Amino acid sequence: MPDPILRLSGLAKSFDTNTVFEDVDLDVAPGDRIAILGASGSGKSTLLRCVNLLEIPDAGRIELNGDVVGNPEKSGRARYPERELRELRKRVGMVFQQFNLFPHMTVAGNVAEGLVTVLGQSSGPARERALAELDRVGLRDKADTYPSRLSGGQKQRVAIARALAMDPEIMLFDEPTSALDPALVGEVLGVIEQLANEGRTMLLVTHEIGFAYHVANRIAFIAEGGIYEIGTPDEVLKNPRREKTQKFLAEHRRFQF
Amino acid sequence: MNYNWDFASVFDNWWALAVGLQGTLRLFAVCLILGMSLGLLVALGRRAHAKPVRWASTGFVEFFRNTPVLVQILWFYYALPILAPVEISPFMAAILGISLNSAAYSAEIFRGGIQSIEPGQWEAARAIGMSGLQTMRRVVLPQAVRRIIPSLTNRGVEIFKMTTLASVVAYVELLQQGKLVASLNFNPLEVYTVVAALFLIILYPIVRATYGLERRLARSD
Ligand SMILES: Nc1ncnc2c1ncn2[C@@H]1O[C@H](COP(=O)(O)OP(=O)(O)OP(=O)(O)O)[C@@H](O)[C@H]1O
Ligand SMILES: [Mg+2]
Repeated sequence: MPDPILRLSGLAKSFDTNTVFEDVDLDVAPGDRIAILGASGSGKSTLLRCVNLLEIPDAGRIELNGDVVGNPEKSGRARYPERELRELRKRVGMVFQQFNLFPHMTVAGNVAEGLVTVLGQSSGPARERALAELDRVGLRDKADTYPSRLSGGQKQRVAIARALAMDPEIMLFDEPTSALDPALVGEVLGVIEQLANEGRTMLLVTHEIGFAYHVANRIAFIAEGGIYEIGTPDEVLKNPRREKTQKFLAEHRRFQF
Repeated sequence: MNYNWDFASVFDNWWALAVGLQGTLRLFAVCLILGMSLGLLVALGRRAHAKPVRWASTGFVEFFRNTPVLVQILWFYYALPILAPVEISPFMAAILGISLNSAAYSAEIFRGGIQSIEPGQWEAARAIGMSGLQTMRRVVLPQAVRRIIPSLTNRGVEIFKMTTLASVVAYVELLQQGKLVASLNFNPLEVYTVVAALFLIILYPIVRATYGLERRLARSD
């Protein structure tokens, strides 16, 4: 097995007395598409947010392409200086459920923002790159409009382009289609599928189990404060071994036909 | 009542009022710039990581919000030189009183605007690797300022009107010159009517212009 792009070991996170997870280990190999499933409140978002340190884990270690992030201390808790947070986030792309586009910038401005402000590129090349990324998500013709003029699906595709422009080593998606009208889900999933086919490494939190089955190469089911069951889509989705996974999937299938 | 309005005695002294108007505009420009920029700094200070900075900023706001500007101007003019070996001109005293008071109020306006920006905007900016300061400058403030333009306009109008308080230390501004003209010509009714009208004539177009600006900004998001 090649060296993992991302390695989480012993990751733990609590909010006050609410322990979200205690000991998460996960290796993500280059090209892995790992779908993260689990009940509401099981900690899927928190896990994803710990990977780019929007939440600071209480304990454990994060390695990105072999680089240990932060300064691990004897207590097990690492310290993450501001500089390291920023370095890590440049290398990890994140897409949110609510898009979070910058409403006062044009579509191209949104995509170019990180290139200009974070990577210090001049505006010409940054715009060229932004247009190329917009092309990839099929929105080059919207480059000069403002986000308020876009549909939800278009907004989310811009948000994906904004993350991709930074050339991330891994992409994180937190329920990218949950805020969308059903009719708009397809266009966003289509873009994610295309990225998967290009061999991008990604962690994808989703409730679209059918999509996860087709696009992911591994499924991680979160429950009981950790990764409860992990395996190939066939293993976890078709023949789940553990009780909570079975119950979760049965619940999801109840209204399917 | 039959009063014979006699504006000729006012217009004969137009140069005195013009000098006053110049003083008013000068004081206004300085206080507007100082008050707003200091207000922004204080608002950022209230969000600082360092506790002493937060306390100092909060103390500043509470102190200057809860003391009358008139008293502050008098204090800076008559009291401060007793405490410290400084010479305070009427202009300086008025600048200090009005700017510090305006800074306290505009700090609260900026703070409200900053707080009104959704956490998702911070997260999106941080997630592409921006620093806290970059996020503030590129993402949060531009949106916050649009939202608070009406309140900032009110503050600006308030500052303009507050400049008349400088007459208490005989700073040469419109009201001070008006008083002078009125006392020389015994025509307070005409003089103060003209002074009031001048304020209206200057402020109203400015306020209209910012309404227009507001509408234009609203269209882009
Ligand atoms: N900022 C926070 N402060 C306190 N508690 C939090 C915070 N964020 C999440 N939690 C708690 O942590 C737990 C895990 O939340 P999380 O959002 O990660 O769940 P999730 O699996 O993403 O759920 P959903 O499917 O509803 O998005 C929940 O009990 C939640 O209430
Ligand atoms: Mg979630």
